[in-house]
Amino acid sequence: MNNLKATREGYVEGILQAGRENSRVVVIEGDVSTSIGSASFGEEFPDRFFNLGVSEQDMLGEAAGMALAGFIPFVGTYGVFVVGRAWDQIRTSICYMNLDVRIAGAHGGISVGPDGATHQALEDVALMRVIPNMKILVPADSNQTRASVLASLEVDGPVYIRFGRNPVPQIYSRNERVKIGKGNLLREGDDVTLVACGVMVGLSLEAASILENRGISAGVIDIVSVKPLDTELLLRQVKKTGTVVVAEDHQATGGLFGAVAETLAQVMPAKMGVVAVRDSFGTSGSPAEVMEIYGLTASGIAEKAESILQ
Amino acid sequence: MQELALRIRLDVLEMIRAAGSGHPGGSFSVVEILVELYWKVMNIRPNEPLWEGRDRFILSKGHACPALYSVLARRGFFDPDELPSLRKLGSRLQGHPNMHDLSGLDASTGSLGQGLSISCGIAHGNRLNKRENRVYCLLGDGELQEGNIWEAAMTASHYNLKHLTAIVDRNRVQLDGNVSGIMEIEPLVDKWLAFGWDVIVADGHSFPSLEKAFEHCREAPFPSAIIADTVKGKGVSFMEGTCKWHGRCPNENEYAAAAKEIRGDLS
Repeated sequence: MNNLKATREGYVEGILQAGRENSRVVVIEGDVSTSIGSASFGEEFPDRFFNLGVSEQDMLGEAAGMALAGFIPFVGTYGVFVVGRAWDQIRTSICYMNLDVRIAGAHGGISVGPDGATHQALEDVALMRVIPNMKILVPADSNQTRASVLASLEVDGPVYIRFGRNPVPQIYSRNERVKIGKGNLLREGDDVTLVACGVMVGLSLEAASILENRGISAGVIDIVSVKPLDTELLLRQVKKTGTVVVAEDHQATGGLFGAVAETLAQVMPAKMGVVAVRDSFGTSGSPAEVMEIYGLTASGIAEKAESILQ
Repeated sequence: MQELALRIRLDVLEMIRAAGSGHPGGSFSVVEILVELYWKVMNIRPNEPLWEGRDRFILSKGHACPALYSVLARRGFFDPDELPSLRKLGSRLQGHPNMHDLSGLDASTGSLGQGLSISCGIAHGNRLNKRENRVYCLLGDGELQEGNIWEAAMTASHYNLKHLTAIVDRNRVQLDGNVSGIMEIEPLVDKWLAFGWDVIVADGHSFPSLEKAFEHCREAPFPSAIIADTVKGKGVSFMEGTCKWHGRCPNENEYAAAAKEIRGDLS
């Protein structure tokens, strides 16, 4: 479980496999294909690889057109730009037409580190979540990212897949499968339920161990599918614990915490806490330093759980 | 064809009157372009709107959809009796085009600046499918102020999507006033040439001129742009050349005067 691997590597493995299995899969890039690694798709399938340069709005419009012509485009670039710069193209030209476009938001979250605030996507999940027809996957490791890419081909309409830049511990095996709308219960717990996605899943598992040493039984849900949310799994666990801590590498508003809070507020009010970025921009620093400064750590999650349990 | 154009203008006028809102100016300016495309230029099957071998049309300036709806109805895609439902609750004729409501529409549009990228994507897809079908994209001149248009212009040229033709409805008027006063976009011919396109200027209200331009584009070695000189509000004297009628519904007196003018031309 502790071999480190960047989630983006799983994205590349996923699109390569998808490309081999389905000749309708095409890749649209925006001058970061060597950074993400998707350039290898272009080497294997040069006819189905389109680098459109630094032009996010055009990339998403092109993807819409390709989908209208019967193809399944994967549009990959940094999350902060792909959803921010081209939000209206995603809304109107892709989601309104409910087209089979897959959008890969690379370098998601503050864990991007040294590039700093301009390149740390902290609002992308929120921006995608409010658009009808959009589905959102935030995988936790490389194997789950690969599985997310493949899962996106099993549904109709647009899918946003958000992943990080840096190596993270592998939680899942090569055989991992993702199903849109289904989360994974990674650990049972009676006192508090930790709900996480992306890089925060591994940290939530660590937090559960810390809490166990302090006599607190914490369950861990890797939600993976932020939209649609696995409400059945969430409610089953929250019914048991009545207490939830949501952890995400994203603004505390509009993302996973928003999705969980909106759900619970309507059907099962619970004691809730959040470990996320609190209405501020990121900053430069090593990924570990930045995560520490913003409180996105295993100990931060454990402390949040303890404080709301008191 | 000229009679058809007048009947379409009358449809547009009546649809907007029935709806109580809409965009007469930019609908009137594109009527001849649409008629030439749908009756002469495009390879389509109205009884089989999703036919894979069809040429496609993307109305990037989606607010001109009353004209497109009338064209589609009169070309046989649906019953013209449905036209007065424009913009009403439950209508397939949405205020801006929704392809899922109405077959015959090749895309949903209305947010300006996006249609040319969509058209490039379709042209790319056709090439991958080894199809020679053409893609036509109608742009407003004010719409060219959107940066997305020029991103797409670069892509079309870089990948030499020569089966793509953009038509610019150069009526020189946008919502707030004259294009030249709001944000100058000229010199348009030089701009498209500089972006690597084949460019031809046409009289957007003359069928022979449009026919010649579309013929030219079919043979063009590059993606092609027709700069169609048009008059905003064309066909109703008091609507012509003014931004006042960009997005305004006529009152009863104005409607009667406009209808009389168009009907007068018809007889």
